[in-house]
Amino acid sequence: MENLIALLVAAPLLGAAVLLCGGRRLDRSGHWLGTVLAAASFVIGVVLFLDMLGRSADDRALHQHLFSWIPVEGFQADIAFQLDQLSMTFVLLITGVGTLIHVYSIAYMEHDERRRRFFGYLNLFLAAMLLLVIADNYLLLYFGWEGVGLASYLLIGFWQHKPSAATAAKKAFLVNRVGDIGLSIAIMLMFTTFGTFAFGPVLSSVGETGEGTLTAIGLMLLLAACGKSAQVPLQSWLGDAMEGPTPVSALIHAATMVTAGVYLIVRSGAIFNAAPNAQLAVVVVGAVTLLFGAIVGCAKDDIKKALAGSTMSQIGYMILAAGLGPIGYVFAIMHLVTHGFFKAGLFLGAGSVMHGMNDEVDMRKYGGLRTYMPVTFVTFGLGYLAIIGFPGLSGFFSKDKIIESAFAKGGAEGWILGGVALLGAAITAFYMTRVMLMTFFGEKRWQPDAEGQPPHPHESPKSMTIPMVILAFGSVFAGGFFSIGDRFLNWLEPVTGYDHGHAPISAATVTGATVVVLLIGVFLAWAMYGRRPVPVTAPRGSLLTRAARRDLLQDDFNHVVLVRGGEHLTRSLVYVDHTLVDGVVNGTAASVGGLSGRLRKLQNGYARSYAVSMFGGTAVLIAVTLLMRAV
Amino acid sequence: MSPVNYLYLAALLFTIGAVGVLIRRNAIVVFMCIELMLNACNLALVAFSRMHGNLDGQIIAFFTMVVAAAEVVVGLAIIVSLFRSRHSASVDDASLMKL
Amino acid sequence: MSFPLLTATALVPAVGAIVTAAVPAARRAVAKTLALVFSLITLALAAIVFVRFEPGGDRYQLTESHAWIADFGVRYELGVDGIGVALIALTALLIPFVILAGWNDAEPQETGSSRWRPTQGFFALILMVEAMVILSFEATDVFLFYILFEAMLIPMYFLIGGFGDRAHSGSDQNAAAQRSYAAVKFLLYNLVGGLIMLAAVIGLYVVAGSFSLTEIAEARASGELEMATNTERLLFLGFFFAFAIKAPLWPLHTWLPNAMGEATAPVAVLITAVVDKVGTFAMLRFCLQLFPEASQWATPVILVLALISIVYGALLAVGQRDIKRLIAYASISHFGFIVLGIFAMTSQGQSGATLYMVNHGISTAALMLVAGFLISRRGSRLIADYGGVQKVAPVLAGTFLIGGLATLSLPGLAPFVSEFLVLVGTFARYPVAGIIATSGIVLAALYTLVLYQRTMTGPVKPEVKSMPDLKARELAVVAPLIALLIFLGVFPKPLTEIINPAVEHTMSDVQKKDPRPEVEAAQ
Repeated sequence: MENLIALLVAAPLLGAAVLLCGGRRLDRSGHWLGTVLAAASFVIGVVLFLDMLGRSADDRALHQHLFSWIPVEGFQADIAFQLDQLSMTFVLLITGVGTLIHVYSIAYMEHDERRRRFFGYLNLFLAAMLLLVIADNYLLLYFGWEGVGLASYLLIGFWQHKPSAATAAKKAFLVNRVGDIGLSIAIMLMFTTFGTFAFGPVLSSVGETGEGTLTAIGLMLLLAACGKSAQVPLQSWLGDAMEGPTPVSALIHAATMVTAGVYLIVRSGAIFNAAPNAQLAVVVVGAVTLLFGAIVGCAKDDIKKALAGSTMSQIGYMILAAGLGPIGYVFAIMHLVTHGFFKAGLFLGAGSVMHGMNDEVDMRKYGGLRTYMPVTFVTFGLGYLAIIGFPGLSGFFSKDKIIESAFAKGGAEGWILGGVALLGAAITAFYMTRVMLMTFFGEKRWQPDAEGQPPHPHESPKSMTIPMVILAFGSVFAGGFFSIGDRFLNWLEPVTGYDHGHAPISAATVTGATVVVLLIGVFLAWAMYGRRPVPVTAPRGSLLTRAARRDLLQDDFNHVVLVRGGEHLTRSLVYVDHTLVDGVVNGTAASVGGLSGRLRKLQNGYARSYAVSMFGGTAVLIAVTLLMRAV
Repeated sequence: MSPVNYLYLAALLFTIGAVGVLIRRNAIVVFMCIELMLNACNLALVAFSRMHGNLDGQIIAFFTMVVAAAEVVVGLAIIVSLFRSRHSASVDDASLMKL
Repeated sequence: MSFPLLTATALVPAVGAIVTAAVPAARRAVAKTLALVFSLITLALAAIVFVRFEPGGDRYQLTESHAWIADFGVRYELGVDGIGVALIALTALLIPFVILAGWNDAEPQETGSSRWRPTQGFFALILMVEAMVILSFEATDVFLFYILFEAMLIPMYFLIGGFGDRAHSGSDQNAAAQRSYAAVKFLLYNLVGGLIMLAAVIGLYVVAGSFSLTEIAEARASGELEMATNTERLLFLGFFFAFAIKAPLWPLHTWLPNAMGEATAPVAVLITAVVDKVGTFAMLRFCLQLFPEASQWATPVILVLALISIVYGALLAVGQRDIKRLIAYASISHFGFIVLGIFAMTSQGQSGATLYMVNHGISTAALMLVAGFLISRRGSRLIADYGGVQKVAPVLAGTFLIGGLATLSLPGLAPFVSEFLVLVGTFARYPVAGIIATSGIVLAALYTLVLYQRTMTGPVKPEVKSMPDLKARELAVVAPLIALLIFLGVFPKPLTEIINPAVEHTMSDVQKKDPRPEVEAAQ
């Protein structure tokens, strides 16, 4: 059975290779090939899953060793896979949502002449992401980690002729690379500490080293996670990444890739458990991002950017949960899965709206769309209810658990974290209601597009709505399914461990509070955007609103400090290289040249002057000889 | 008379010749001054031969004379061809050997 | 006596050079084909060397030894270790691609004078360089190595100065003057280094009484040959200086951007991918083996210089406006990594550095040759003159991107393996240096992606609109290189297998052991 693991990656990889090298011949059939191979990977995943279910909880992990990747003295990196419950969860999410989004893209990208390449990139992404989650060592994980970064780069910049898309792609890659420094250093630290970076040996020998080293490793892993999962302070790329086609935003920048950071932290749980300071840093990052993303999400008028802020915020929840240690690991992953459903569904819904509205993204130019696109409205609405945590839907179960866990952390820390998580829930309810109201309710504020064509909103074709319906189904039922009888907890506990913590208040109180803040958030949004008409041009807004529209000025800071500063630095270095370093060399050459120019003057061609120098020289020689004799 | 006086005379002649080479421009005069220097050397050699009581100095003097004769032949030929091409016997006119 | 395989590997291109140069002026196509055939025969011989070499066997294999200048004890002595084999393979592999890429780079400009044969000269010079480089990887006699080290400057000088890039650099129209400036700069820099090395070579002979690397190294290892500390340090510096210029290491690097900018793309590949490798190779083979104590004495300074090279080269690459100069500065950054790996004195670092030499050769060749194809289409080296190429020539853009991704060491492509090994090897002994070097990965991404963004993406510029995509010949150059990058990125074992034993020998020369993992050390 373990021999099937490699096929998980191989199928989409084959698709990517064929589609990208195949040339124009595949233009008409390429998207089918890509979709079939993604589905094949999903089927393999399901087969492996069923097989795994058939075995006892302690015996579920599968290993496959393909070959030795980098065999160097004292350094062993293998191409080897490990499929345990945690990886399995991700495999199903990635291939399942991935396949749906392949199907969706067939229609969404129909009019794009480069559709074949789009599917090639999507397949490449699937392969890299699967590699990331089934790798059995950190270096191979790094391979997948960068692979998804590449796929993300290619897909964000898919419409490369738009300078904004090309810039956004570059920015995403660069910010991710900053995070990658963290992963590199973490792997190096593991190597110097443990002599290996395979999951098994590293995580089992954590106890043999000091807390300082583990804290360093933990912080470096956190840096990596911040880059990939768009957490403060490396979050700035995610909003711009919405330049990519919407299916990409749904798959990569909502459901799967951006959650890789959560995977990394949960996978390295043993390290974090032994390094409380690193854990604290994780929690702080999660809490800050949770609020940051939510505030940004409130101010954005671009539907995709509002959703991107929401993604940031929800991943903040997951990181927060992961930072709580064994109390939260399981719920971080559970929220990750449910989030995968409803956020992908919301993005696909947004794509469907844009599809019908001449690619307009400004929500101020939507309004009253519910009657024109009923399927989109319903699926989007269910996703909306799920994300705000409406009781009974997926998001309710997973988010509620995270808030409970935050309180269960205990002490002042627990109260603060729990409060932040509750506040986040209220803001989530606010901005998602805002999105919902501005898009589907109120009067029509439609504007003609650049060519003067008024939009004709219409429902999207079946191949787009069916994936949305399936995802909406997941958004509604997944949470309940996981939570009844603690199914998800029992499934993951052997890998991640579990600890009840000591909750200062009862679970019911937390749930009640969650529902209350949720209702407050919804009501506020209704008061602001439902009761009153929404202006087509954005009002100036308060200071906070304006700052939030600009991503709380973080981009401006980056621009002034990093971009400008970097430009000045490189420009002055170019100058230094040319004048100083090269100047020294050229100066030496010039002074040698100058000296010989002077000496040249002595050769005046007059025989008499040569004779003088001969006589003079002879006289000097004789004098020296005589003097030497005398001495 | 002490042979040392011959050496003084030789030095005087040599100096006259050297100064002549350095300050005169006419190639013929320069040439004659060179001859003068050679002969000053010859005088010194013969004087040494006398002082040391062996014939080495005189033998070298003969060699010098032969070389000087050969030199005259080559040198005069050069001066003549120089004069033909430049219509002047001044050495300063032939300052081609500079960069 | 067995067949002199190593001599043959170097002799074939040398003969090829003579034959190619002798082809009559009118038969240019014959000359090109001949050059390609000879380079392919060399490749076949190099492949035989690769296969015949036994990783577990003696340190130097396939040795040959003949008296040459008996009075001075100079011998024609050849032998290869794993490092040499890997680099010979790289050289032999790249030359056919260089020839194929430069197929039309040296056509005679005017048909007037029938005796002028630039095409023949161009390919003959390339083969000449190949012969000398291969022989220098094989030489185990210090004097023989020195001669080759210097002699290869001559054909390189003519290749840079005589066959410049016809694309103007924008700032100065006087291309010929710039080209000759670049060629003279290249020559002078390297001659100065060579001169100092010559002094050190003579000094070594005076001290050791022999030119034979193996003899001296043995005598040193067994303690028969004692060197005074200062003597050893001076000799080391003499050698190292020459290699640091060739490598090139900051601050001796300024000849490289000029030379690479002015030369045609294939010649630029020849410089950075092949000839410069002699410098880093010689650091491993001569500096560390002959002067182990002095090497350790100089390590801190060299590490700092290497780190400066890494960061400085990358930053300058970001600031360049000329595509080829950008790649040149990127190479300076990469040479910093190689030197860092060599002097980190760990087996990961040195294996990584050796692997880096090979991988950097392939990746730079891929990037530079595609850049050359791009430049030849538009006739400009300025980044600002391009834009939107991706739309009109997707294959060209795609290969350019892969070359760029290799340069920024993306996992899955060969350079990642070597760069990571260097980083790990450095980090194990010098954590701070390792961390500083790691920052290079962000800068590498910056200059690569900025280059790609400015040239390939965005709206299509009018001058670029009619740009044709890669032709079959060009694709035949790039595709195998890319395939190789991917193969070695996923399965570098064939190379690491032959490099590892050589590195172990070097490590024992400098009497260093890898730092043990903390956990193991505690037990």
